[in-house]
Amino acid sequence: MKKALRLLPLMTVLAALTMFSQGCKKEDKKAAAPAVKAALSATEIVIGAVFPMTGPIATYGQESVNGMKMALKKVGNVAGLPIRLIVEDNKGEPVESANAVKKLINVDNVHLIVGSVASSNTLAGAPIAQQARVPLMTPASTNETVTQTGNYISRTCFTDAFQGVVMAKFAYESLNKKKAIIIVDNSSDYSKGLAAVFKKKFVELGGTVVDGTFTYVQKDTDFRSLLRKVKREGPDVVWLPGYYTEVGLMLNQARSMGMDLPFLGGDGWDSPKLQELAGENGIKGNYISSHFSPDDEDPMVQGFVKEYVATYGQKPGAMAALGYDGVLVVADALKRAGTLTHKSISEAINSTKDFVGITGSITIDENRNARKAAVVLETTSTGMKFKQKVMP
Amino acid sequence: MSEETTFFFYDLATYLLNGITQGSVYALVALGYTMVYGIIKLINFAHGEFYMIGAFIGFYCIAAGMPLWMAFPCAMIGSGLVAITVERIVYRPIRYAGRIPALITALGTSLLFQYAGQNIIGADPKAFPKVTDFENQTYKFGELYISTNQIVIISTTFILMVFLYWLVNHTRTGKAMRATSFDKNAAELMGIDTNKIISFTFFLGASLAGAAGVLVGMYYNSVEPMMGLIPGLKAFVAAVLGGIGIIPGAVLGGLVLGIAENLVVGFWVSTYRDAIAFGILILILLFKPSGLLGKNTKEKV
Repeated sequence: MKKALRLLPLMTVLAALTMFSQGCKKEDKKAAAPAVKAALSATEIVIGAVFPMTGPIATYGQESVNGMKMALKKVGNVAGLPIRLIVEDNKGEPVESANAVKKLINVDNVHLIVGSVASSNTLAGAPIAQQARVPLMTPASTNETVTQTGNYISRTCFTDAFQGVVMAKFAYESLNKKKAIIIVDNSSDYSKGLAAVFKKKFVELGGTVVDGTFTYVQKDTDFRSLLRKVKREGPDVVWLPGYYTEVGLMLNQARSMGMDLPFLGGDGWDSPKLQELAGENGIKGNYISSHFSPDDEDPMVQGFVKEYVATYGQKPGAMAALGYDGVLVVADALKRAGTLTHKSISEAINSTKDFVGITGSITIDENRNARKAAVVLETTSTGMKFKQKVMP
Repeated sequence: MSEETTFFFYDLATYLLNGITQGSVYALVALGYTMVYGIIKLINFAHGEFYMIGAFIGFYCIAAGMPLWMAFPCAMIGSGLVAITVERIVYRPIRYAGRIPALITALGTSLLFQYAGQNIIGADPKAFPKVTDFENQTYKFGELYISTNQIVIISTTFILMVFLYWLVNHTRTGKAMRATSFDKNAAELMGIDTNKIISFTFFLGASLAGAAGVLVGMYYNSVEPMMGLIPGLKAFVAAVLGGIGIIPGAVLGGLVLGIAENLVVGFWVSTYRDAIAFGILILILLFKPSGLLGKNTKEKV
């Protein structure tokens, strides 16, 4: 008995360490690229994909890959070569993303990498791709810093600088709200970035943002005490740039505590899971910005929606559309690239201009970000309802 | 009383209520840790997974249309049976191999369940199905909101704990459990089938965890294969906090932890929640290594 008690503190500290280390794992930046690059395959084009196929944002990975596969089927052979897609699961975690990117470059010798969704994940993999000079194109990561990693990193979606401004304007002008509280997911670069952009714009427009830290971290489940604190400040709108797993639970709890004010979010909410987790009361009367609305009457969008429903049996979310467009942009670039080297593929992607996709017209600017429109959607218990479209 | 003070008390009441609810869940899980430790000195790190398994059994039972009063005992018995199987297959063969192998095996079992769960069930969180014979309502007392869910969690925990206390202190099985915990060999000499008692202890602990799993699934409206990880660790902390091996200690530890976490979130910054929780643990262990309710046993010479 005595012996056992002596061991206890040690075990407890171990347990505590395991918990904390989850939050602060850092990737070894020195992980070097191979000194001599192996020649790329000449008989096929290999695209590596890094997506969260499991984990808390799994629907994003699954939808993205569904969209990508549909696009690949449409594209067929490019420059006479078949395209092979290798999908790696990053479980929604930065460390896993970095490992996946390393594996795709060093083992599979891919032509380019597409991915990932969460900005923290993409940011973990991007420096590795940049160092190895392998093009990495993300269809969905919106944090500003992602493409600042280097000239081999690009994206085919808009950035948070745009998305945050759209929602700040929407809150102030369309909803006529003047006092906002911002709740931040402290473990997400995406969330922190969006929070800052929203705050700046909302204040600039004349609104007030309540001071104080209102934060949570991924995998939290109980937000009642945090929400109580928020409620005490008496805001008339809440800006909650998080991901659907936590947001769903939070909306559910907020409504059960008698908080009826609108919650606003970004594309991180755009998943069919949100409705399920938030429940009927939680989902009503909130607004998000996103990349795409399946209600859009554009014939191209409707064609995509119809084919997606026929193939996968459910309505496509924004990530499916982004994955689809991402592959089309890549295929277009591969056609223009001439020789299939990493350098020429990267340059071809970066010079994409006025490419018409289902998420809008895509032009990659000098910072390798896409300039395109955003949509504002209302969350209802039957799905996302189109509210307005905002041009850049 | 000024408005500010009134609101302060509503705040405090809200945080305490949330803390007691969360603490009850920690307590239910911690009881299993404490009982298993008390009887075979094993830190069963797979215990959080019994909580997850209970939640999923409840999930599937209710999704299949079972009413709650049937699904709830099903989940408890189901996760209890899983625990017995695990004990029989994994822990019993290495019972005499020493402490460290057992601990590592427990960690391995925990990971096995988590990742097998992700593979079989899928890693994405699932919304808990609607329970037919239970309506979640919110009652409002001034600025204090209490939901039926919270009342159910707190009262179920209370009932289960009273039951456990009675079982351990006032029944023959309880006596046998205490005897086994006190001295296994002597208990065997007295004709107690200690293997059976150990199995029963695992069953009891896991069924309490399973009950907590279902309650939490309903409370948060979400279940997923990794859901046992954090509450499992926190419950372990609660068990150590109260004095591991001591049944009322687990309950006290759970409540202290739950309330402390919510007070930190409410009156300070939520970022410090876990830091404070573990800080309290370290402080208590520094001054009272055997836990809040632990007795300082003298080494026998």
